[in-house]
Order: sequence, then C-alpha cells, then structure tokens
Amino acid sequence: MAGSASEYIQHHLQNLTYGKLPAGYERADGSVMSEAGWTMAHNAREASDMGFWAVHVDSLGWAVGLGALFLILFRMAAKRATSGQPGGLQNFVEILIEFVDTSVKETFHGRNKVIAPLSLTIFCWVFLMNLMDLVPVDFLPQLFHMMGLEYMKVVPTTDVNVTLGMSLSVFFLIIYYSIKVKGVGGFVGELTLHPFSSDNFFLKVLLVPVNLLLEGVSLLAKPISLALRLFGNLYAGELIFILIALLPFWAQWALSVPWAIFHILIITLQAFIFMMLTIVYLSMAHEDSH
Amino acid sequence: MNINLTMIGQAIAFFIFVVFCMKYVWPPIMAALQERQKKIADGLAASDRAARDLELAQEKSAKELREAKQQAAGLIEQANKRAAQIVEASKDDARKEGQKLIEQAKAEIEQERNQARDALRAEIAAIAVAGAEKILETSVDANKHSEMLDKLAAEL
Repeated sequence: MAGSASEYIQHHLQNLTYGKLPAGYERADGSVMSEAGWTMAHNAREASDMGFWAVHVDSLGWAVGLGALFLILFRMAAKRATSGQPGGLQNFVEILIEFVDTSVKETFHGRNKVIAPLSLTIFCWVFLMNLMDLVPVDFLPQLFHMMGLEYMKVVPTTDVNVTLGMSLSVFFLIIYYSIKVKGVGGFVGELTLHPFSSDNFFLKVLLVPVNLLLEGVSLLAKPISLALRLFGNLYAGELIFILIALLPFWAQWALSVPWAIFHILIITLQAFIFMMLTIVYLSMAHEDSH
Repeated sequence: MNINLTMIGQAIAFFIFVVFCMKYVWPPIMAALQERQKKIADGLAASDRAARDLELAQEKSAKELREAKQQAAGLIEQANKRAAQIVEASKDDARKEGQKLIEQAKAEIEQERNQARDALRAEIAAIAVAGAEKILETSVDANKHSEMLDKLAAEL
C-alpha cells in the first residue's frame, strides 16, 4: 500500500491506457514527445489527455478473455452435446440455456434467431466480468505490478466504456429491428406522432417536435440507463471493496466477507437485468405498440 | 472517466461473441435439448401404448380362458353323456344276456322236467302194474293191458 489513502484509491481506479499523445506533450517523467505517437500512459493525467484515441488495455483484455472463456466452455459443451444422458458440463450449460430461453420466450413473442443467443452472451459475459469483482482488490494489480504494469483494473464492467460499448450495440440493434419491422416511415411515425396525437392535421404537425423530444429522450435513455446502471452498481461495489482494503489487514474480513456475499447477488442480478432489459427493448422494437 | 476507443473495441468484441454464440453454441445445444424432449415424449407415448397393449392382452387372455373353460365344460358334459350311454348300453347288454341265460336255463329245466316226467311216467306204469299185481295177486299181462296202461300213463 503505497502513499496516502486517496492515492491508493485513485491508483486502483486508473485503467491501463494505451493511446495517442500529441507532439510536444510533456510526459510524466519530464521528457517531451518529439512527434505525435501511440504510447502507454504513465499516469492519470496522461491517460486523460489522450482523449478519445486511447484504449483501456486492461478492461478490453479482461473482457475479451472472459468472453472467450465463456465461449470456449460453451463451445466444448455444444460439441459434445448429446440428446442422451448429459454430463456435468452439458447439464450446467443446458440449465443456463433453458433459463435464458424461457426468459426470452416469456417476453419476446416474435421470431428472431438473434435474440436468444444475444441474451445468453450478455448474461454469461456480464456475469463473468462482474465476477472479477470478487477477486481481492489488491491481488491481481499487485501481480501485474510485479510484471511491470503500472495499472490494472480487473473488473471490465467498472469501466463505463465497456458497458457503453455493449449498450450502444443493443441500441443499434433496437434501431435496426425497429426499421426492419416497421419500415423507416413506421419508425419515424412512432417517434413523431405519439404520445400526443390529433385528428386535426395542423395540430398534428404542431405536436411533432413535442413528440420527437419525448420519444427521442426515452429512446436515448435506453442505452444510457442500461450502461450506467451496470457501471454504477459495479463501480460502487468495487469502490467499497477498495475502501475496505484500506482497513488494517486483520479487520478487513469483517466487512469484506459480508459485502462479498451480498455482492454475489448484485453480480447475478445486474447480469440478469442487463439481459432482461435487452430482451424487453428488442421486443418493443418488434411490436407496433401504437 | 474517459470515453475512448475502448467502447468501440468492446462493441466489436461483443458483436463477434454474439455471432459466434449464435452460430456455434446455441444451435447444437438447443438441438440436443429438443431431441431429448422428443425422446422423452416418445418414451412416454410408448409406455402409454404398452400399458394399453397390456390391458388388451389381459382382456384377450381372460376371454380365451373363459372360452377354454366353456369348452372344457362342454367336453366334460359330452363325456358324461357318453359314459351314461355306455353304462346304459352295457346294462342293456347285461340285461339281455341275463334274460338269454334265464331263458336257456328255463328251457333246460323244462327239458329236464320233461325227461323226468317221461321217466316217471314209464316207471309209474311199471309201479302201477306191480301194485295192481299185488292187489290182484295175479300177474297182469302187460301186453293185454298196455292200452289201459298207456291211457293211465297219459293221464299222469
């Protein structure tokens, strides 16, 4: 534990960032970039100065690794899937698949081959990413520190980029299916002619901006709330773990164990909520609600 | 809290994972699940069918048992009738045989009696003659009185 408490916390909340710095930029060690180039950020200021052209290597690495773990596990089960007596892995996978399939069928009544596998991917992937929160907060960062990496944030869902990346993908799917099912006219009509409508043509035109504002906000709120709900829950959870880690080592268990047990619920619940809301939004996109 | 390329990287990874899941994970497992469901449904149907078959077989066997019992009863009745007939016939035969034997015996008796009577008759004539001789103290010429003696003998 180096430095003061706030340094410790900030260090834990800093992503390992690889990005582009402009020419003439003064680095943390005092050197000056002779020309613009891609480099690893050495502190939080450098990372934030990289702006949009930067990648959180740790978030993305853990996210892709965990996603690959999920797919490898499920692909193994799928390859060996038998209609006879299932083995342990197949049983486990089948329980998850049936659970997701039931959730999808209860909410979504159309025909769509994408939604069920999409929901399964979201649920398992988000669950695994959340699960990293239960790894003791100093364990992996310390390990990577010894390997020479300054920063290491191991819970991808505490990175708003990760949750936004997923929720914006869902948002594009919502728009894609809205247009596919209702046509461009139908989709635009849904945004502009409701909830306020009139038989008078003039009044109808007058109400278009009001409707567009209301519907536009509610449409945009979907991906934002989806991303921020997951991010907020996990970020807060991670922060509390970090705060608990500031206590003397012999007292930490008294708080971290109850919080970890409670967090098991949050981890599962947030993964489930992300999946369920995705299904609900996509099923709304498929329906002519008005 | 920097919004940066990570978001796009995550979206790309998300897209690839979903496509992989859709192509290589979901269909085989779902197919296995559905096949197992079908197997179980088939198994249940088969067990239903087997139960129905068993019931039918039981019914059939009961019916056959009943028929066999009836047949056996018929056979026994027939056999009884036949036995009665045989007994009756043998009784008849026995009766006839007995009758015949009795008649034979009677005939023999009759014959014996006739013979005895004839013998007696002959002897009685001689006794009568002897008696008469004693009474008359003279001999009776048998030849002379043979006519009378024969008459006497015939009266016996």
